[in-house]
Amino acid sequence: MRRKYSDPHTLRAAIKHGDFGTRLSLFICGAGNMLHKQIGKGLLFLAVEFLYLWYMLVAGISCIRMLPSLGWLTQTEVWNEAKGIYEYTQGHNSVLILLYGVVTICVSVLFVLFWRGCVISSYKAQLRLHEGKHVLTLVEDIKELFNGNLQKLLMALPLIGIFAFTVLPLIFMISMAFTNYSKIGEHLVLFDWVGLENFKKVLSFSDTIGQTFWSVLGWTICWAVFATVLNYILGMILAIVINRKGTRCKAFWRFCFMLSVAIPQFVSLLIIRTMFNQDGIVNLLLKDAGLISESLPFFTSATWARVMVIVINLWVGIPYTMIQATGILQNIPQELYESARVDGAGPVVTFFKITLPYMMFVMTPYLITQFTGNVNNFNVIFLLSGGNPTPVGSTAGKTDLLVTWLYKLTVDQQYFNLGAVIGILTFIVLAIVALVTYRNTTSYKDEEGFQ
Amino acid sequence: MKKENTGSAKAKRFISNSIVHVILAILSVIWLFPIFWVVLTSFKTDKGPYSTQFWPKEFTLDNYIRLFTDKTVLDFPQMFKNTLFIAVCCCIISTFMVLCVSYCMSRLRFKIRKSFMNMAMILTLFPGFMSMIAIYYILKAIGLSEGAMIRVALIMVYSGGAGLGFYVAKGFFDTIPKALDEAALLDGATKWQVFTKITMPLSKPIIVYTVLTSFMAPWTDFIFAKVICRANAEYYTVSVGLWRMLEKEYITKWFTSFAAGAVCISIPIAILFLATQKFYADGMSGAVKG
Repeated sequence: MRRKYSDPHTLRAAIKHGDFGTRLSLFICGAGNMLHKQIGKGLLFLAVEFLYLWYMLVAGISCIRMLPSLGWLTQTEVWNEAKGIYEYTQGHNSVLILLYGVVTICVSVLFVLFWRGCVISSYKAQLRLHEGKHVLTLVEDIKELFNGNLQKLLMALPLIGIFAFTVLPLIFMISMAFTNYSKIGEHLVLFDWVGLENFKKVLSFSDTIGQTFWSVLGWTICWAVFATVLNYILGMILAIVINRKGTRCKAFWRFCFMLSVAIPQFVSLLIIRTMFNQDGIVNLLLKDAGLISESLPFFTSATWARVMVIVINLWVGIPYTMIQATGILQNIPQELYESARVDGAGPVVTFFKITLPYMMFVMTPYLITQFTGNVNNFNVIFLLSGGNPTPVGSTAGKTDLLVTWLYKLTVDQQYFNLGAVIGILTFIVLAIVALVTYRNTTSYKDEEGFQ
Repeated sequence: MKKENTGSAKAKRFISNSIVHVILAILSVIWLFPIFWVVLTSFKTDKGPYSTQFWPKEFTLDNYIRLFTDKTVLDFPQMFKNTLFIAVCCCIISTFMVLCVSYCMSRLRFKIRKSFMNMAMILTLFPGFMSMIAIYYILKAIGLSEGAMIRVALIMVYSGGAGLGFYVAKGFFDTIPKALDEAALLDGATKWQVFTKITMPLSKPIIVYTVLTSFMAPWTDFIFAKVICRANAEYYTVSVGLWRMLEKEYITKWFTSFAAGAVCISIPIAILFLATQKFYADGMSGAVKG
């Protein structure tokens, strides 16, 4: 694959074989293009370089200079004689320093990429001139954006969006994990780099935060496994039962289950939470029926709450799996079943020998995404139990997942650094799971493909 | 011998069919019960959440009327307008981005294609709102966290990362035969023309699917809206508003109105969702039917 795209126009080649103009673009972007008859393009490049330099001079350099210390000036009151009032001097704000610093570094990385592009572009123009070919004018370059370089045109905006709203915030957040930005010790305005201190704290068995982390991690994995596997198996059984020959009104049954998916999840979850409340409708109906005398502690006892969130998640998740599985079931070649019947296989045998392997084969990617989705399943836990019941003095409740704990730590407790560490650790857990399962599926595919 | 066999098999089949239908009926009652209950609640006269009986004594439309007229505490019509505006803007931007990216991934071959796809996979593994706090600071730094700019901020947050959700549309574009593109290119069309004149007209189901899913996102998300709006009640989206109605200070007076609001939001969203499923199924059965 790699060789297909290998391209003689590299930065190294440009420096090695470039003429005066190309080498000049190492310092003045666009100079080479202007010397190689691409005036418009060269001017554009030059303008970008000026913009970058101007930004660095006005703001960028000071941003980067502040980054190692993250600021030190506290806000102080100063008596203003002339006006006769106390005035506040502007202190440093470490969050903003960190943010601007990260932005400046990102902008600089982008500029380096741009600079590399400039040099290569000049080198390309030089080669074309050398070979006596026509050098593209600016207008032709723009036209080329709609043809050969269409990807540059189409990808530009989405890439900017992804960069600004996904990548940049992530880098910012990850860098927070290495600071002491938290309410502990009044570090909400001014904070410092502390290296791996937070990771040690979260991963240690002796610290309270560490102990909470391990128990939350254990529950998160337990929840994700149960939620994924149960949803998958039960959803598939439901799909098969509806799909079997004898079942009448297939569309009606499917519609009944689809309806619960169609409703916005936060609405149905809030409704269910109210239903299972201490004085909610479920307890009421059970009492009326004489089955219980006391209200059941659905969300107040730890064991009940844990079972409840898994069960309610079944209510949410089974129809999803059913929808997915129905489509696949209808695609299983019928000849497989017929030949199995001829060989005298019963329904159980055909299920384990044909249906299940086929479904596993097609749906493994779906299972992986479901698993990661469940580890990050904020909605179900936050809206149903809110992580409760919470032991006194603990930062995490008994049903808190890593994500909801992360939410509590950052939004409620303002332990931003620990929240960031937990986000990173969640990512690591997911990355390991995804990698391992992904590798297994490819080997699986090689062994017995259905195609 | 054979006849007897079929006779008993028939009886067996009848029994198993009845069992299956009974189980399905019980299950669908469980699945529909919450929906039925909330519809019932929305017509109830007493306002609190914990009534003493299941079936309301009398039915009333007051909850719906109050929801749309009482603007003093929680202004539902305003929330509805906010969400509609955000959803329309967001679905235009997101659809554009998703279609662009998935077309590039499916049809064009260029240097960063593979690395972009890997990056997209890695990015989806991070907890979604781990970056939320950071996004909030970024929005604050560029002055989008106060006043009317909150709407712009929400639009940008919902549609900013849309380019990462290209898998479904890419899978669809992959089913369009390459020969069509090649024929057009031979006839002198540019790749842009192939994109707009050939691929797009063939992709109606998947375009509708993308439009609908991105339109629904602002209606169903609530965590980003909550963090970005904070206490600015006039910019709340529907989901934050409904969530507020269940908070301790409101629940005793607003619970039935919440039920009414839930019904009002769920019906259009449910219809849209069922529509997306249809278009999704159409999309998955291939672009060019042969």
